[in-house]
Amino acid sequence: MSLLNKIKSMDRNSNLYTFLYASGMVIVVAMLLAIASTALKPAQNKNIETEKKIDILRSIGKTDGIDEAKNKHKFVAEAFQKYIPEQLVVNINGDTIKGLEAFNIDMKVELSKPLEQRNLPLYVAKLDDGSIKYIIPLRGRGLWGPIWGYLALNSDLKTIYGATFAHQGETPGLGAEIATPEFQKQFRGKTIFEGDSILTFTSVKVVKGGASPDDTHGVDAISGGTITSKGLEKMLSDCLEPYQNYFEKIHKSL
Amino acid sequence: MSEIKEKEPLFSAKNLKLLTEPIDSKNPVTVLVLGICSALAVTVKLKPAIVMAISVIVVTAFSNLIISLIRKSIPNRIRIIVQLVVIASLVILVDQILKAYVYDVSKQLSVFVGLIITNCIIMGRLEAFALGNKPWPSFLDGIGNGLGYGLILVIVAFFRELLGSGTILGLRVIPLEWYVKNGGFYENNGMMILPPMALITVGIIIWIQRSRNRKLIEE
Repeated sequence: MSLLNKIKSMDRNSNLYTFLYASGMVIVVAMLLAIASTALKPAQNKNIETEKKIDILRSIGKTDGIDEAKNKHKFVAEAFQKYIPEQLVVNINGDTIKGLEAFNIDMKVELSKPLEQRNLPLYVAKLDDGSIKYIIPLRGRGLWGPIWGYLALNSDLKTIYGATFAHQGETPGLGAEIATPEFQKQFRGKTIFEGDSILTFTSVKVVKGGASPDDTHGVDAISGGTITSKGLEKMLSDCLEPYQNYFEKIHKSL
Repeated sequence: MSEIKEKEPLFSAKNLKLLTEPIDSKNPVTVLVLGICSALAVTVKLKPAIVMAISVIVVTAFSNLIISLIRKSIPNRIRIIVQLVVIASLVILVDQILKAYVYDVSKQLSVFVGLIITNCIIMGRLEAFALGNKPWPSFLDGIGNGLGYGLILVIVAFFRELLGSGTILGLRVIPLEWYVKNGGFYENNGMMILPPMALITVGIIIWIQRSRNRKLIEE
């Protein structure tokens, strides 16, 4: 107490008082914020996890009723468990890697690794009618920041069943349009391989000025959102191509 | 606090004035023209605007209260830094709480919650009021100014959402059959979604306010 009183009786304009005051303030504030951050972390992580699950479900069009659900976390977790019975991680050679959970894989980390060391997460979805869809996570760069999404393939492993994209801060009305259902709808039915086989990888091109209706590899680009469109195109080809070996393996076993 | 209670009631006429004046005749947005940036950015939809308004009310009220409580101990030379630290900590707290409990809205508000730190209203109130007044009046002054800011935000967002998207709080107000694409006569005004119309809406509010209250018109 005597120390506190000593400080209290100090000259408010002295250097020592100012220095002590600033140090004390920083310690108190840092402690408060650290406590708050630790206390709120579980709730925040839960939100991020649920959002990721919703994104995955959206690529197979199973997001009905989520907004109306009373307990969103529970509803999403149940739907996710119902529709995504299997998750796996493969490598560039198409071998399954054991002991890794696809959901916990951070795409940002994986994309910074060389191709040979990359872990490729894959979700296998089973719809109500029993059909199998393969969901591939995507991540790339837009104009202002990261863009990401999920692409669901039919069981022939070449036609797209559905796609969903999200972004951090693309320009509203321009690049941000990639997150709209109108843009994402275009991907339905496009193919990522040339012809009937799955040997020649072609990805999906984003065509400026509009893709012709019979183009099976092209979708309309966003006017005024060229860099985001190009980033999306690069994201698709970068993230899909490494799966080719695995797809060939499944195809042979069919 | 007990000391104030003895002198005057909690909601004396003077204290009430602190609460109500910033809503109309001393409004931080329309009269003092502060905090315009966020008024343009977060008013496309009503829900983010309401959350933003509440966040700003919380930050102004509590930063005023805290600064007023410690006002006698703050070394004069670093008082701006002390104010900034208090504001920044409160804003970080608000941001973290939004992320934990209203995740969707916090994503829509994105950087603008963080940018409450740079909102001139808050620092302005700390310098002009909290440093020289007791905690309770400072707290009321903070709430009043936050309310004044929030009111403008909500009015602007109401008109922008109604005319720009035809909804209020996400609920459809203008029936879908009215739209041209469904064979009707109505079309949303796309301009309302863009920032310039927020500025024009604020301008119209200022116009109405000044025509009602002649004292606000500069010579």
